[in-house]
Amino acid sequence: MKRVVITGQGTINSLGRSVAETLEGFREGRCGISNLEFQDVDRLSIKIGGQVKNYDPERDFNRQQIALYDRYTQFTMLAAREAMDQCGLTFSGELAERSGVVLGTAGGGMTTQDENYRSVYEDGKNRVHPFVVPKLMNNAAASHVSMKYNLKGPSFTVATACASSNHAMGQAFQMVRTGMCDVMVTGGSESMLCFGGVKAWEGLRVMSRDACRPFSLGRNGMVQGEGAGIFVFEEYEHAKARGAEILAEVAGFAMTSDASDIVMPSKQGAARAISGAMRDARLNPEDVCYINAHGTGTAANDKTECAAVADVFGTHADHLMMSSTKSMHGHLIGGTGAVELLACIMALRDGVIAPTIGYEEPDPECAIDVVPNVARDAKVNVVLSNAFAFGGLNAVLALRKAP
Amino acid sequence: MSANIEAKVIEIIAEQAVLSIADVTSTSTLEELGIDSLGLVESIFAIEEAFDIQVPYNANEPSESDFDISSVASITKAVAAIVQEQS
Repeated sequence: MKRVVITGQGTINSLGRSVAETLEGFREGRCGISNLEFQDVDRLSIKIGGQVKNYDPERDFNRQQIALYDRYTQFTMLAAREAMDQCGLTFSGELAERSGVVLGTAGGGMTTQDENYRSVYEDGKNRVHPFVVPKLMNNAAASHVSMKYNLKGPSFTVATACASSNHAMGQAFQMVRTGMCDVMVTGGSESMLCFGGVKAWEGLRVMSRDACRPFSLGRNGMVQGEGAGIFVFEEYEHAKARGAEILAEVAGFAMTSDASDIVMPSKQGAARAISGAMRDARLNPEDVCYINAHGTGTAANDKTECAAVADVFGTHADHLMMSSTKSMHGHLIGGTGAVELLACIMALRDGVIAPTIGYEEPDPECAIDVVPNVARDAKVNVVLSNAFAFGGLNAVLALRKAP
Repeated sequence: MSANIEAKVIEIIAEQAVLSIADVTSTSTLEELGIDSLGLVESIFAIEEAFDIQVPYNANEPSESDFDISSVASITKAVAAIVQEQS
């Protein structure tokens, strides 16, 4: 079995247009959630989100690219560019054939769908742009990354709702670990902040109208975000031989299914994924210092997640830190695990734990150190990143300090 | 008016619980009728559609809402108040 390391990272989200800006947001405990701005927002009852503001696609993309890139693909390409620049790899010959792209997204080109449904249903038009299908498809982003960087190995998209990017990164990890590939570009992207995207979520009545306050007593739901997080996973010896800067090691991964309910989370399913990731990484519970929580800010998720952590870690749960950065960037649905992995890497590299902001009052059902409101310095060697999706699909990654 | 509202609420809840209308009374609770959180959200949607109203209900904080879901009678009362207010 090969060792897998991360040699590039990139992002765009409501906290920033780069990893540096995002980490600064984490350190400052900044809130990227604000009033949504898009057509028909006045017809929504939920009007806040972690939206990427003052965004002009024409700054980075030409007309032909914009015709083919939905907003979620644009976010992917921007994050991928940052990650690829950092890793310093170029792909040709055998390396190109042994490298691929696995990305997560839940909604794919939802803005494209929304705009074109509006056009044919509401405006009564009978013609749509010829690129609607290649623009909205869930694999568009992965395909454009493969095309831009000449990645000719296995590429595909994973869709498991809120766990999509953790499942994608787990898949990429396994492909490098087993020797199938030398390099995998992975992570996820989401852009559901359009009228139809938010309207659908509104129906479920789990969204907050004012703020995302994970683990805090009186929390009243999730807040959506948008953006992308992209990473370069590379075989350790390959990275070492070329003298690449290693950001962290991906040590383990596990996925489980609750097999119980389409929306309600299960403690057992979450606990099996957490303990499975530790087993896969050959870690003991007391090795884990920090968990980046799924922490959606719903009543159901947060208490279930805390109960799962308590079950898995026993008394060590009292010595753990577990924060939810969704309080700052919102819930990026299929892209969320990818942006949250940045906080995990920050903990390992910089020794700074991102806080859970908006925290008001302890909830006895969430009795864990959630690093409330203010970032904290801590020496951290091993971290976990949780993602628990609707449909009961759970995916947990374990990361270790760079070797 | 209130009797009509109760009849309609009972019809909606009975359908959600897969029971006959006769099995649902004003004192029935949703729990007794076997309606879970997803069934509740679906019932509220049906109520909104039937009465053309907006029901302020957040599944994360059911107790914070004025919309009291503790029994069929309380739901009827809340619906009647909203109908009055929003008509």
